[in-house]
Amino acid sequence: MEIIKAENLTFEYIRRDEEGNVEGITTAVDNVSLDVKKGQFVAILGANGSGKSTFAKHINAILYPTEGTLYVDGNDTKDDDKLWTIRETAGMVFQNPDNQIIGQVVEEDVGFGPENMGVPTEEIWDRVKESLKAVGMYEHRKESPNHLSGGQKQRVSIAGVLAMHPKCIVLDEPTAMLDPVGRKEVIRAIRALNDVEKITVILITHYMEEIVHADKVFVMSKGKVEMEGSPREILSQVDKLKELRLDVPEVTMCAYKLRKAGLPIKEGVLTIDELKDELLRLKSIKKGEV
Amino acid sequence: MPILVNHVTYKYNPDTAMEKTALDDVSLEIKEGEILAIIGHTGSGKSTLVQHLNGLMKATEGGVYFDGENIYSKDFSLKQLRSNVGLVFQYPEHQLFEADVFSDVCFGPRNMGLERKEVEMRAYTALKQVGIEDEYFYQSPFDLSGGQKRRVAIAGVLAMKPRFLVLDEPTAGLDPKGRDDIFEKIVQIREETNTGIVLVSHSMEDVANYADRIVVMDHGKIVYNDVPSNVFKNYKHLEEIGLSAPQISYAMHELKDAGLDINPDVYKVDDAVSQILEAFRK
Repeated sequence: MEIIKAENLTFEYIRRDEEGNVEGITTAVDNVSLDVKKGQFVAILGANGSGKSTFAKHINAILYPTEGTLYVDGNDTKDDDKLWTIRETAGMVFQNPDNQIIGQVVEEDVGFGPENMGVPTEEIWDRVKESLKAVGMYEHRKESPNHLSGGQKQRVSIAGVLAMHPKCIVLDEPTAMLDPVGRKEVIRAIRALNDVEKITVILITHYMEEIVHADKVFVMSKGKVEMEGSPREILSQVDKLKELRLDVPEVTMCAYKLRKAGLPIKEGVLTIDELKDELLRLKSIKKGEV
Repeated sequence: MPILVNHVTYKYNPDTAMEKTALDDVSLEIKEGEILAIIGHTGSGKSTLVQHLNGLMKATEGGVYFDGENIYSKDFSLKQLRSNVGLVFQYPEHQLFEADVFSDVCFGPRNMGLERKEVEMRAYTALKQVGIEDEYFYQSPFDLSGGQKRRVAIAGVLAMKPRFLVLDEPTAGLDPKGRDDIFEKIVQIREETNTGIVLVSHSMEDVANYADRIVVMDHGKIVYNDVPSNVFKNYKHLEEIGLSAPQISYAMHELKDAGLDINPDVYKVDDAVSQILEAFRK
């Protein structure tokens, strides 16, 4: 069952000069059709300006297709009556945590969403508690968000979305501004939402290590879906990714270069453990020959 | 001539109940022609430190010296210091404001009181240094891609011909190619003009690939000030203070522990590849 279904989605915007005259039309998303199934962890990659954020904003009905249709849990995003249902179904987390936190106290901030939805007070507190626990921020519930680290703030933002009980969370480069530990915390929290809470996750990122655990990866370029497949299928295509201004994780690159230099390592090594296993396998073969 | 940070302590709200020490007895020398990376978790004091380098913040104790002169002395020109130590903030493209790319880059040198011809020469050279082609000069900066905008913003500082270029998270939010482009240009600028580069970054991979020396900050103090291989050797300690080593460092340590005959302290992919190939040749 798909939770997100894009059918020939195209989004165009009109560029105007200072006097308001039309300068031209830019097609930011160009005839994209894709499905995301319930409970999947999907990653979207693409260069700056490839259309991935524009596409993501459709899922939350911030933008509407110029042509084609986007269904969120069966609802057409163009259907005004379904706007709030759609926004409750698909929550969004953005890059900069400072732009998303409004409460003076962590638990107030997280309660803002459900309160706006008219959830009864008692239930709000239950939701705040469970959301903060899910992202590992419960012990900070009484603190001011200003005193948290970037990774902690971003986890509070995620909890704020979680408290609205969405079926799907879209995260647009949630780790771009974080330090390495903050990045790890956030990715761990996102994976837990998917594994434990069974929430569908759509992660947009420029960090190749973060897509390794995804069920499926889409690569966008110039508004189109250029590649789609498992992380292994995608990350095996080093040259193609480079062409699309992207990269692969360092271990994948290392394995790729070893392979090019003649070591018979399998394609698409994604993790340190896989690299280790491959090298140990080759080493034992080599020993066997001697 | 270097920048010398001499026993600098900086306190927010000194002598009040809210007093907080952001920099704690920091000493550091930065030379022209080197690429120095400053790393540290959010709130470790690295941005505070960087803002001392061009006198935007004034030390509570200690001093900063440029060309051997105390920048806090009365007759020292902070204006001149700021053109000599160019600071590029995070997301500098948010500070673009002129109607076209070329005018934007002219803003800095024009403010220095240079004559028009010199201003335009500098703007032209700076845009070339960051790899912006002529066809973009008269476009609105807002029509450029994220990476191009960032490079135009850097050119705006370069046009002041600083002897030190300080960049706070220069590649945050850029795609991998955009990241590589920026670093390639930074390295080239260093080669051509011997400008000292100070790089504040959260990306250990970038730091590993481009820095000559790394300063690690934690709780307002410098905990390491050394070449990358010596810093990344302490990857376990780096993790304790909110950082990490490049992924390839972890891989090399694991491989060494698994019995491969390699030097685990290499931190660049290409060095790792040659180490592993070497081990298999033996």
